[in-house]
Amino acid sequence: MKTTSKIALALIAVIIIIGSVVGYIYFGTPATELVILKGAGATFPQPFLNATITTYTTQIKTNLQINYAGGGSGQGISSFTNKEVDFGCTDAPLTASQREAAPNALHIPETIGAITIAYNLPNISTGLKLTGPIVADIFLGTITNWNDPAITALNQDLTLPDHAINTVHRSDGSGTTNWFTKYLSLVSQTWNSTVGSGTSVQWPIGTGQSGNSAVAATVTTTDYSIGYIELAYALQNSVHVAALQNPSGNYVLPSLASTTAAAESLPTSGLPSGSESWENVNILNAPGDEAYPIVTPTYILLYQDLSVIRGMDMNKATELVQFIWYVIHDGQQLAPALEYATLPANLIQIDEATLNSITFNGQPIPTH
Amino acid sequence: MTKQLTGDNAFKILTAVIVASAAFILILNAYTLITGSETVLREFGGSFLTGRNWNPVIGRESFGVLPYILGTLLTSGIALLIGVPLSLGIAIFLVEMAPKIVKVPLSYLVELLAAVPSVIFGLWGLFVLRFWVLDYIEIPLNNYLGWIPFFSGAPFGLDFFTAGIILSIMIIPTVASVSREVINAVPDSIREGAYSIGATKWEVIRHWVLSYGRSGIFGAIILGLGRAVGETMAVTMVIGNAVGPNAMPTTLFQPGQTLPSLIANGFLEAPTPIEKSAYIGAGLVLLLISLLINIAAHLMVTRVFKFKGGAVE
Repeated sequence: MKTTSKIALALIAVIIIIGSVVGYIYFGTPATELVILKGAGATFPQPFLNATITTYTTQIKTNLQINYAGGGSGQGISSFTNKEVDFGCTDAPLTASQREAAPNALHIPETIGAITIAYNLPNISTGLKLTGPIVADIFLGTITNWNDPAITALNQDLTLPDHAINTVHRSDGSGTTNWFTKYLSLVSQTWNSTVGSGTSVQWPIGTGQSGNSAVAATVTTTDYSIGYIELAYALQNSVHVAALQNPSGNYVLPSLASTTAAAESLPTSGLPSGSESWENVNILNAPGDEAYPIVTPTYILLYQDLSVIRGMDMNKATELVQFIWYVIHDGQQLAPALEYATLPANLIQIDEATLNSITFNGQPIPTH
Repeated sequence: MTKQLTGDNAFKILTAVIVASAAFILILNAYTLITGSETVLREFGGSFLTGRNWNPVIGRESFGVLPYILGTLLTSGIALLIGVPLSLGIAIFLVEMAPKIVKVPLSYLVELLAAVPSVIFGLWGLFVLRFWVLDYIEIPLNNYLGWIPFFSGAPFGLDFFTAGIILSIMIIPTVASVSREVINAVPDSIREGAYSIGATKWEVIRHWVLSYGRSGIFGAIILGLGRAVGETMAVTMVIGNAVGPNAMPTTLFQPGQTLPSLIANGFLEAPTPIEKSAYIGAGLVLLLISLLINIAAHLMVTRVFKFKGGAVE
């Protein structure tokens, strides 16, 4: 009796399990299958990308799931090159050798960011003015005191303290460092010949901290310090930022408006297409009275023919291209609230042409 | 009878497999580090150990780990210098002097210190401790003893000294609780004998208890040193992360790096194969340093102390 009741119980359990599985398969699955897209790379656009992903997958394509892993530009490029992800993100465009390793890679500028010069001087919360060469000299260690004549000459309305400058830089490899050192190389011959530019460099002086938020925390808590921080982080942490002289001679504070002004200075013609090299494109020292000098685009990377990625099919490829189409169009409306500048019209045009050129096994993909 | 034997055999094999896997993981680890660092070792050879540059800029690559080896030894040295006397004091007090009502809660508290995640120590170091160290230790030392090279420079709070202090706090629970066990294990007959010939409490502790337990206490110190050498997160947050010649220790009050902090900072985003290889090479050097410390400690315990006699084993 005991064993028969046990067998009966087991049978009932098995029937329930099989029944629910069969029932789920027949009635539970949505009409369209769930599609999962994977992306990886830069942390800089991550808050913006996450916002577009959430809005897109909850309001527009509910059958879509997009996973973005922010592990840094370098990781984005290597995951993309190894075809481990459907799209990659990077702050620095691919170099010649990286383009060779990932043939037919396309650059899609997705949003625009700026790098601020953050400082902490007791009793001076606004109004500090600096030029590119002075910033380079400070980080080189040739200007070491806040009341150096070069700085006081620009800031005669401020009483600058007689105190050593503490410089703070990024200790981890980062796209922010890449663009900041590119800017310093552009404005200072000495910087260019002694330090150079890259995602990490051999800093001649100063203290390093890992990540934008740690640099922001160190600058805000350490008197007489100066550092460089991405715009979104600087604005959200209410760090004091310096106005930088642009090529028109104006001292411009970093803001969404001055970032957009720099982005709009990009030439309407002569920019590369998505399939060409973007290595020489930069918005550093952009012309324009209101343009902030350290402004950089950040890129999504896609393959021109998506069939090279394992597990890709026409349906998935269409979802991917249409999502990126959304990011560069309607998704841009989410950018300002998160302190990112919207893409200027000429970049959107280039992106549209790039997305229209994407194929799957030679077949064109409907972009929207 | 036979059933008993098979059970025993199975257990024997199981434990043997577990032991073998520990050895296997270490070998695998070393193998990965050696093959991974091949590129950089081939390129720079011995100058990887003695070089001072850490320049990852493409076209100007140059890698040497000397500043970080010195940084690791310096911060661990500060940690031992400050942490060991404190830990021994705690252990002696807990065993020899503390009334029972204090003993138990205090032991728990000291051990609880070991449960605090290192990132918490790092955050506390970055936001709180650094300013105390700067205002009450570094600036006075710099003002009055600045002529001694160790205390020269411009104190900033994020430097070797702060990192050493954070490490000294982090090794206290390890060193203190192991030393406490060692002192506890000293037989009472030793103490009674010492008292009977008229020794004071201080003399008993100094000449009998500590001497009897010295190899165990030395082991505790080595455990602490191991923690200090390998600690990454907390050190990275307070050491200032300078690179290249700027990280060569010339004073305690300057930013620098240890081998673990160097790897933690740069490895994940290293864009070129040679740079990645350089970080793996730094890992290899760190593994070798840890091995050397352990081997040296083992030799000291077995040769020196046993030879002198009187050690607990």
